Amino acid sequence: MMHFLLLLSRQGKLRLQKWFTPVTEREKKKVIREMTLMVLACPPRSCNFLLWRDLKIVYKRYASLYFCCGLGDQDNELLTLEVLQRYVELLDQYFGNVCELDIIFNFEKAYFILDEFLVGGEILETSKTVVGIAMEEAETLQEVTHTHSHLSVTHLPKYLNMFLLFSQQTMEEYMSKPTY
Amino acid sequence: MPAPIRLRELIRTIRTARTQAEEREMIQKECAAIRSSFREEDNTYRCRNVAKLLYMHMLGYPAHFGQLECLKLIASQKFTDKRIGYLGAMLLLDERQDVHLLMTNCIKNDLNHSTQYVQGLALCTLGCMGSSEMCRDLAGEVEKLLKTSNSYLRKKAALCAVHVIRKVPELMEMFLPATKNLLSEKNHGVLHTSVVLLTEMCERSPDMLLHFRKLVPQLVRILKNLIMSGYSPEHDVSGISDPFLQVRILRLLRILGRSDDDSSEAMNDILAQVATNTETSKNVGNAILYETVLTIMDIKSESGLRVLAINILGRFLLNNDKNIRYVALTSLLKTVQTDHNAVQRHRSTIVDCLKDLDVSIKRRAMELSFALVNGNNIRGMMKELLYFLDSCDPEFKADCASGVFLAAEKYAPSKRWHIDTIMRVLTTAGSYVRDDSVPNLIQLITNSVEMHAYTVQRLYKALLDDISQQPLVQVSSWCIGEYGDLLVSGQCEEEEPIQVTEDEVLDVLEGLLVSNLSTPVTRGYSLTAIMKLSTRFSSVNRIKKVVSIYGSSIDVELQQRAVEYNALFKKYDHMRPALLERMPIMEKTASNGPTEIVQTNGETEPSVPDTKHPPLVTQPANQANDLLDLLGGNDVVPVIQTTLPTKPASAGGELLDLLGDLSLSGGPAPAPSVPVSQPPFLLDGLSSQPLFNDISAAIPPMTAYSKNGLKIEFTFERANPNPNIAVITIHATNTTEDDMTEFVFQAAVPKTFQLQLLSPSSNIVPALNHGSVTQVIRVLNPQKQQLRMRVKLTYTHKGSPVQDLAEVNNFPPQSWQ
Repeated sequence: MMHFLLLLSRQGKLRLQKWFTPVTEREKKKVIREMTLMVLACPPRSCNFLLWRDLKIVYKRYASLYFCCGLGDQDNELLTLEVLQRYVELLDQYFGNVCELDIIFNFEKAYFILDEFLVGGEILETSKTVVGIAMEEAETLQEVTHTHSHLSVTHLPKYLNMFLLFSQQTMEEYMSKPTY
Repeated sequence: MPAPIRLRELIRTIRTARTQAEEREMIQKECAAIRSSFREEDNTYRCRNVAKLLYMHMLGYPAHFGQLECLKLIASQKFTDKRIGYLGAMLLLDERQDVHLLMTNCIKNDLNHSTQYVQGLALCTLGCMGSSEMCRDLAGEVEKLLKTSNSYLRKKAALCAVHVIRKVPELMEMFLPATKNLLSEKNHGVLHTSVVLLTEMCERSPDMLLHFRKLVPQLVRILKNLIMSGYSPEHDVSGISDPFLQVRILRLLRILGRSDDDSSEAMNDILAQVATNTETSKNVGNAILYETVLTIMDIKSESGLRVLAINILGRFLLNNDKNIRYVALTSLLKTVQTDHNAVQRHRSTIVDCLKDLDVSIKRRAMELSFALVNGNNIRGMMKELLYFLDSCDPEFKADCASGVFLAAEKYAPSKRWHIDTIMRVLTTAGSYVRDDSVPNLIQLITNSVEMHAYTVQRLYKALLDDISQQPLVQVSSWCIGEYGDLLVSGQCEEEEPIQVTEDEVLDVLEGLLVSNLSTPVTRGYSLTAIMKLSTRFSSVNRIKKVVSIYGSSIDVELQQRAVEYNALFKKYDHMRPALLERMPIMEKTASNGPTEIVQTNGETEPSVPDTKHPPLVTQPANQANDLLDLLGGNDVVPVIQTTLPTKPASAGGELLDLLGDLSLSGGPAPAPSVPVSQPPFLLDGLSSQPLFNDISAAIPPMTAYSKNGLKIEFTFERANPNPNIAVITIHATNTTEDDMTEFVFQAAVPKTFQLQLLSPSSNIVPALNHGSVTQVIRVLNPQKQQLRMRVKLTYTHKGSPVQDLAEVNNFPPQSWQ
């Protein structure tokens, strides 16, 4: 099983943390610190697998974000690279050309998507379509508590475009999306 | 009260902060606002406030005051509230928090909610972080949902069940009925999570494993469909259909087929099919192949399949992708024990990986290389490994050095090669060598008797070059101290002997004493080496001077040594030669490493000891049996008569000569016998064992037997590392006019003791007290009971055999208390 999943920016800022085992706050901070040091220090073309304590660490860099997870002994490292790739594709499917700013300003959505994909450190759903539909339908249940019109954020699923463009969007465009 | 600011607004504001202090100020202000809003029990904006709190928590700020608010959100009827509430719970309310259990009721209600997305939230939260108590309370609900036909809920319930089983394994049984038709699902999500659930159950319970073995055909069928079916857009990844499910099924098959021939046979075909048909151009195909290889190696597969698997790994090793090479090395490491020969075929590729730039790959390649070293490839492999040691990063050097020493010890083709290898490691990675290697190396050197001159010469030359690497310096100074006479006499056979004078040698050793690079331990070694040379060199005055200077050294250890050595010169000069003489060959104890006799590949060493060994070994066994018969008692433990581990190095000599090395050199005091029983470094000990702590004087000697002219005296000391071991030296003397030949001494002790009898100095007790036979007995007495012993003596006197039994009961109390 996956023990944790962290998203770290290139400057070492935490963008998402998911823990699948009970860990104290103090220990979490320690792990984050160590992961940041280890992963950010790796040279660009090195192996994506590291050994740390008794876990296998798999990390992958997507534009300005490092996706870093800790695996148990029996887990398949190569497949975990595919898991990380799948998560990024799910984010891309939801946000449309996802970039780090999306995840900063919509962190709760990133968590919701993750929860439709992984539970308890294991893969819950292997189909991108099903995850996309679940997110859309759950969105419709969200009650609107503000005066802005409800802009639909979900796009048609993008199967074909695997290549992720990390574009910069303006602040105004972000501010116009629905919010809490 | 104005509405609290929106989440995005807050995020944007915080990101404009230019310094950490500015950010902290903003956060504090907002936290204060949020706190007061919580106090007002504001339902409308609670969701927004908690969301903001979660953002600030991610930045690293405390958010514990929001914990109860999360609970309130979960209890709310609004979906938006619940969503943020559960997210907050997962981030802030792990099972160590007191309020964690308060969630239980809410989760229970939500598990039965009419909206599946609410049920989903509850299942997800429970499945990610539910505590044991919560799992116990809610397992029933989860089990109900596991049987639903709603695939969205069923898959979540399955993973939730996995979590429940991990937390409370006893609850596994209750999920068994629900697993009945899990695999007949068409929905991939449910299939995948079901396989995970089955895997978890089989891993934890052998009964479950047996029960689920019958699912193998079904699993094989599902896997086959995945491979054979056409393109399915929903589950496709780079042309492969649902790789995640394929890998999970392979993993379950591995567990089911592990020690079962029938199951393994049932999966042979599909494994072969997957192994040969999977597209390997992308990572995803290789991920499946990797899992397949692991499965093939773990089950009882036929040999053809195993060869196929190893070949796949061999291909992986040549892949450009670093990750795949890494994974190959890891898998080969797992299989090297069971399929050693197959892995050997890829040895050259593996050794090439030592030169890879990537750290993870280098480490794996190093571990695997050491696993592949054997008697046939030792020379070639060692060359590569030493080259690696030269050029690798410091983090590898210690492990590599230890590995080289171990491999060299096991497979060294010749003594000279062994010494050369050790030298190479010491000179290239000397500072990274582990501390315990120094004594091991010294022992090794001592035991290669004919290489002493060569060794000391090479070490001396190395010292001239570089005195910064402490382990090298320590070993060198010890050797110079021990074999300095060989050095100056230019006796080296293996290479051109160098010309070096006594003064030059002393210069080098004194240089070590004063150098800033030397650690205190090293200084101790060199001082002792200088002292030992006083019996080997003629320039005693110079040595006396050096020793007396250090009598006032600030370093207490050096001072103590110098003072004692000084005393040796002044008051105990008559003992000095005996104390400082050549070290005997050291007995290899278990703590020092492998106790097997060093294997040689028969390159230069004659195998003399091998022929001499068998008779000596069988004899004691017979004699021990005899003793048992005679004594008949159950309370007697047979003696295990040890023979000296005869290193081939002491070649050519008779067995007696070997024992002669060990013999107590007739010195008056028991001190000379100490080298055998004490840890090897009497004079160099890293322990600050004072030289003249005459423990043996505390236990008076005793006469154990005296009859017909044969007298046997026991003298005692305690073995230092273990106070429960008493070391008894027997001295057998003969007052008659004829020698006693073929003298054999045997002893037996009660059951609570353990006894070890070392080899005697000889088996002739000379007449008229012209000499004695000595032998060392070690008695382990953990229960500190009174020592008793039965002895049996056999010898030939005046042409006729004599045999006698006796009981020794007059042991002084100090010997066993």
